Amino acid sequence: MTFAEIQSRAKAEWAALEHGDKPRILIGSATCGRAAGAKAVLEATNAALAQHNLEANITEVGCIGPCYAEPLMDIIKPGRPRICYSQVTPEIVPWLIEDYIINDNPHSDLALGTIGDGSLDGIPRLFDLPMLKPQVRIALRNCGTIDPEEINQYIARDGYRGLVRALSMTPEEVIEEIKKSGLRGRGGAGFPTGMKWEFCRKSPGTVKYIICNADEGDPGAFMDRSLLEGDPHAVLEGMLISAYAIGATEGYIYIRAEYPLAIDRLKIALRQMTEYELLGDNILGSGLNFHLKIKEGAGAFVCGEETALMASIEGKRGMPRSRPPFPAQSGLWGKPTNINNVETWANVSAIMLRGTAWYASYGSDKNKGTKTFALAGKINRTGLIEVPLGISLKEIVYDIGDGIPDGKRFKAVQTGGPSGGCLPASQLERPVDYESLTEAGSIMGSGGMVVIDEDTCIVDVARYFLAFTQSESCGKCVPCRLGTKQMLNILENICQGKGKVEDIDLLLKVSQQIKAGSLCALGGTAPNPVLTTIRYFQDEYEAHIKEKRCPALVCPELISYYILADKCQGCGICLRACPTEAITGGKRMVHVIDQSKCNKCSTCLNVCPDRFGAVVKVSGEEIKVPKKPVPITVSKPDTYTQR
Amino acid sequence: MTNTISDVGDAAGILAIGTNTTEAHPVIGFEIKKAVRKGTKLIVANPREIELVRHADVWLRHRPGTDVTLLMGLCRVIVDEGLADASFIAERTENFDSFKESLQNFDLDSVAQTTGVPRKKIDEAARLYATNAPAAIFYAMGIAQHSHGTDNVIAVANLAMLTGNIGQPGSGVNPLRGQNNVQGACDVGALPNVYPGYQAVTSEAIQKKFEAAWDCSLSAKPGLTTTEIIDAAHRGQIKAVYIMGENPVLSEPQARHAEEALRKLEFLLVQDIFLTETARLAHLVLPGVTFAEKDGTFTNTERRVQRVRKAIEPPGDARPDWWITCQIGRKMGDRGFTFTSPPRIMEEIARLTPSYGGITYRRLEKGGLQWPCPTTEHPGTPILHTEKFTRGKGQFVPLEYKPSAESPNNQYPLLLTTGRSLFQYHTGTMSRKVKGLNVFLGEELVEINPRDASALGIADSDVVKVISRRGEVTAKAKVTAVSPAGVVYMTFHFAESPTNQLTNPAIDPIAKVPEFKVCAVRIEKKDTRLD
Amino acid sequence: METIKLTINGVEVKVNRGTTVLEAAQAANIYIPTLCADPDLEPYGSCRLCVVEIEKIRGLPTACTTPATNGMVVHTETPAVNEVRRTSVDLLIANHPMDCLTCRQNQQCELQQVTAHLGITERRFPRTDQAFPVDTSNPFFDLDRNYCILCAKCVRTCDEITGINAIDLAFRGYSARVATFGDKPLIESTCKSCGECMVRCPVAALTPKETRRPIHEVKTTCPYCGVGCQMYLGIKDGQVITVRGDRDNEVNGGHLCVKGRFGIAEFVHHPERLTNPQIRKNGKLAETTWDRALDEAAARLGQYAPNEVAVIASAKCTNEENYVLQKLGRAVLGTQNIDHCARL
Repeated sequence: MTFAEIQSRAKAEWAALEHGDKPRILIGSATCGRAAGAKAVLEATNAALAQHNLEANITEVGCIGPCYAEPLMDIIKPGRPRICYSQVTPEIVPWLIEDYIINDNPHSDLALGTIGDGSLDGIPRLFDLPMLKPQVRIALRNCGTIDPEEINQYIARDGYRGLVRALSMTPEEVIEEIKKSGLRGRGGAGFPTGMKWEFCRKSPGTVKYIICNADEGDPGAFMDRSLLEGDPHAVLEGMLISAYAIGATEGYIYIRAEYPLAIDRLKIALRQMTEYELLGDNILGSGLNFHLKIKEGAGAFVCGEETALMASIEGKRGMPRSRPPFPAQSGLWGKPTNINNVETWANVSAIMLRGTAWYASYGSDKNKGTKTFALAGKINRTGLIEVPLGISLKEIVYDIGDGIPDGKRFKAVQTGGPSGGCLPASQLERPVDYESLTEAGSIMGSGGMVVIDEDTCIVDVARYFLAFTQSESCGKCVPCRLGTKQMLNILENICQGKGKVEDIDLLLKVSQQIKAGSLCALGGTAPNPVLTTIRYFQDEYEAHIKEKRCPALVCPELISYYILADKCQGCGICLRACPTEAITGGKRMVHVIDQSKCNKCSTCLNVCPDRFGAVVKVSGEEIKVPKKPVPITVSKPDTYTQR
Repeated sequence: MTNTISDVGDAAGILAIGTNTTEAHPVIGFEIKKAVRKGTKLIVANPREIELVRHADVWLRHRPGTDVTLLMGLCRVIVDEGLADASFIAERTENFDSFKESLQNFDLDSVAQTTGVPRKKIDEAARLYATNAPAAIFYAMGIAQHSHGTDNVIAVANLAMLTGNIGQPGSGVNPLRGQNNVQGACDVGALPNVYPGYQAVTSEAIQKKFEAAWDCSLSAKPGLTTTEIIDAAHRGQIKAVYIMGENPVLSEPQARHAEEALRKLEFLLVQDIFLTETARLAHLVLPGVTFAEKDGTFTNTERRVQRVRKAIEPPGDARPDWWITCQIGRKMGDRGFTFTSPPRIMEEIARLTPSYGGITYRRLEKGGLQWPCPTTEHPGTPILHTEKFTRGKGQFVPLEYKPSAESPNNQYPLLLTTGRSLFQYHTGTMSRKVKGLNVFLGEELVEINPRDASALGIADSDVVKVISRRGEVTAKAKVTAVSPAGVVYMTFHFAESPTNQLTNPAIDPIAKVPEFKVCAVRIEKKDTRLD
Repeated sequence: METIKLTINGVEVKVNRGTTVLEAAQAANIYIPTLCADPDLEPYGSCRLCVVEIEKIRGLPTACTTPATNGMVVHTETPAVNEVRRTSVDLLIANHPMDCLTCRQNQQCELQQVTAHLGITERRFPRTDQAFPVDTSNPFFDLDRNYCILCAKCVRTCDEITGINAIDLAFRGYSARVATFGDKPLIESTCKSCGECMVRCPVAALTPKETRRPIHEVKTTCPYCGVGCQMYLGIKDGQVITVRGDRDNEVNGGHLCVKGRFGIAEFVHHPERLTNPQIRKNGKLAETTWDRALDEAAARLGQYAPNEVAVIASAKCTNEENYVLQKLGRAVLGTQNIDHCARL
């Protein structure tokens, strides 16, 4: 079968599906959806359909983005627009089936939006919603729409046409095209992809490798996982194009073993590609030979670093090595090697399909195209987003993310994971691009974006990231192994109220030396969370050090709980709940917390009935309360007033 | 060795056959592994899964005693596939046609059957050796210690000549000599058929030369080898033996026979540093000294003569062995033993030994010299046969497969092969005195494949009896797949388990090397309750 | 081989292409501190002490991993360079025992040397040491991870030089350490005890159990196998106490195996050494004098016809000794019955 035949068959199948007479049900079944209960929704759907003797096409699709609203279920009735329902539970499913599919009541109260052509009264268009409107879906173009286990659906939506186009060009022309698109590495460093390919192409040698870096390791990041789960072929097509451009005959997908669903979908995709002669020898009759293997990583963060990743593929301990030689000269098994990140490959296939001009129309001057982010933390609308580069942080946090929950104050946004930094409100107007974020002390990174609110201690955030990099350092070079340990110790001391005034200077100094002296980017960027938090939140550090006060009331050693004598009703709830038996009291007695026994677990605060509000949490101050339980008095003695 | 240790890294291919290099020649083992790390292709031919196998591109696990067949099989593939070096064969060798003809007897399917090596592996190994030039062959006692050991050595030479792998860095035929100065002892004439420098005792001119130099009359008839001396002693023909620094009670095949023979002697003089198993039988024991207490030279496996320097005084009244022998010579009235120091002896060696002609202690101060080194100006010869062979043209020799002298049968169903451990040395006279080495290997372990072990109801560390037609030995079993099923393996380092009481004294008719590598045994689990 | 020119600290240096900046500096006698570089091992770049500034190259590349190129301009002692070096050493010594005077490596410790070179006289960081039990399972040397600076020379030696791979780095971050497979004691690993790792350890993490140091050394040839490794015997009080491989020869280039490195002193100085001639009297061996022993030898050997006597020489004795013995056999005893255990 020629590719044209495959394509026309796939398109026909797709059309039959879209315009068939059976309703279609799409269930967001990526890892995020499954975690939210998509599998139960699927079972409930099957049960409901069976109960009503209905037939429908059910597809488990990838993640379309609004993870906060999951589980998501789309229903497409023939002749009706596609409606996306949010927070679907197994209990809701029968209503949707009965009310909408049977009785044609679209339940606009449960709908998030419509997708595609047509509209329904009372339901907004999904992509007009504030969360989705600023987004441009290039890498994620098929996620949530196609069955990721069905290559025909990818092909029906013009999949592998980019490859066909590339094969009609010379490899040099393909590289030129990628260069012109302005695509930069989406793994975080932002090196121009076309240039990287060119180095590798020009490296002497007959055996060359390409590697897909799917070792997504930043805490809170899930872009690559979602992409591979939702549209693996978009990535694999990019790899094929690159193999052709570079002259590589073998490739690896290095993916962490903690991504079993993505691995399964990749395996299925590779099998289907082989069946369609999109993998193996003489791909599509073009003479291109390319073989792909999946290598599962064991979950070492440092294996996301390219030289460590290659060492890991070679069966060695995942440790970075010095460059030069660069992988383009001497990479996997000493052969010229090109490594790109998952998202980069997905962009490549889109660029080859739709051209550089189209691609370069998104983004800003030196930052073309889009970037995916995993929006997480203290934000209303968490999820997977894809935005044109140059968009401001504010648009992401407030328009797309809908700001901070519970009316709390925004404190910072953390980008770039453990290598990045925390940017405060003053930086919210900053455009999201490689240079701008670096200038602010953070980095673009692979796409983790964690929003931090006022209840989060910034020193504790820095401590958290240092604890992460410290334990994930491979241990090879001295500054990273021992320097991060020293920094972590200092930060722990500060959080415990044992900080010294000179600690801030020492942190700055060690940070500078670790950055200058480390072997790889893990060490080279490890101090960033500390540097940016000192840069933007020095007062919070100083509060910890000088006043022994944690302004966010987080650091356990610096906070205290007190029971206010004028509010305590002597109900005994806190006394019974306290796990350390730190509370004494009695009937109609003001309860008292023995500070030496308190483990700062916050249970008393949580259980004290709101109408009493007798328990307070403070830092850096002492509240005058009775030393022993005293009878509750009706009038409030002055000595026991609040603060 | 035709080549040097330092050019191991120049080899593009290495065939290691009948050598457990990492155990017996550990530092050469390092070099081979280093070369492999840098891309050299390694073929290991060994019945046992030795450490080098882990580093090998191809492992040929042939049956013990089938080396000729295996090597001829490799030659056959090389000739059939046109991988032979035609110009080398034409210019440097002779008798190729009859050799080629003889390869017809080595049908590759029957080669696979005889050796137990799948044909595919033989093909692969042959191609690897022939197409990665220069390629070096390393071998040791696994080639030599067979009743057809000479054939094995010729087979190795045939293979090297066939591919032109002679006379250049990284190539060659490299026998690894087992003991520190086995090369030197041979070089200076401690052999029954040659004077120093391999000058034949049968040559009249040579005889005259030595008679003149030593002022004596000499026999033109080659003498007896060690094994033959033992036999002659057993028969009562040899009545007196002077042994310097050897321990035949443990090292000879059929060792019980050797002990009986030595006991029959009228006079046994043993000169050693310890009261060895052999010295205990002596009528006279003379205390020699260790290498640290005397000056001298050793010649290593690559023909390099190197200095041994006195570092400390001998203990008690022990004396250097050269001094003792010279004193005996003088007492017996000979004037040729007035040497005052080892350098004087080397002067006489150099005078009478053409290949050592240019070797002096003064030159050796700057480092070792590789013979042939005929004159004091000659820099030594790191690589042999660079332009021609010693005899002129290299001679291909057609060979046929000869089975080992003893094969397993119903009564002795297993095949015993022997070797050395890294942690012990020869009969253990020196190494067993080192406590730390005994921690690693302090007693004999009979290596037996799990399949054979379970058939015999033997578990790891069980005490077993190993029985051959010549004797029986008790040792612990080590159940391991390192040895293939049907083959058991022992060292010969331990007097408590004298392995050589089992081995077969069948010798190679030319080299007179005993067949240590193959004998038939059976193993019985020892009922320790009865002992 | 192509020669290239570079400038290091204003000095023009000519080296072969393929040389690293560190090697080029060493060739020009310019000291660059390092703890993880070893001439026998591939560049590794972990200690970060050999960082230098190179014009037109961003950051502070390590001299050990950077190939020298034509026209390169290198500065090895700049404030930025020294600050990074100092921080690395500060970090190392904060994590290292400070018992230098009683340490087995005292005055041979490379960490001491670089600390002195950088003029560090005070500690800048609080201590961060961990308490590892010492692995004393090997009979010849100890592995004390408390001193380890993780230069991985031992691990690399066990891979690149010996090909044994008994040890590797295990665990991550601050917990990273040298370990055997399964983190078992060395004696339970595949370690062949060659001691090549121990020789290269820059600190006291791998040290011999024999802690005495020799007064002088004598170069000689190893008495074990036929490789003929060149070695130095270290002597003190008339005893061999150490053995060290000789780097400057083509045979072993400094390498030794377990027997050569650790298996000599004990047999040489063993109490069972023969120290007197012994003669059999009434079936038992009894001590005698050399005069009587030699007379006996000469008298008894002289009694036999050439075909009744034989001489067995030794593959363990020197050339000279074998020569005089075969000469005795041939010229004095008149026999060709001369052999040794070449075949065994």
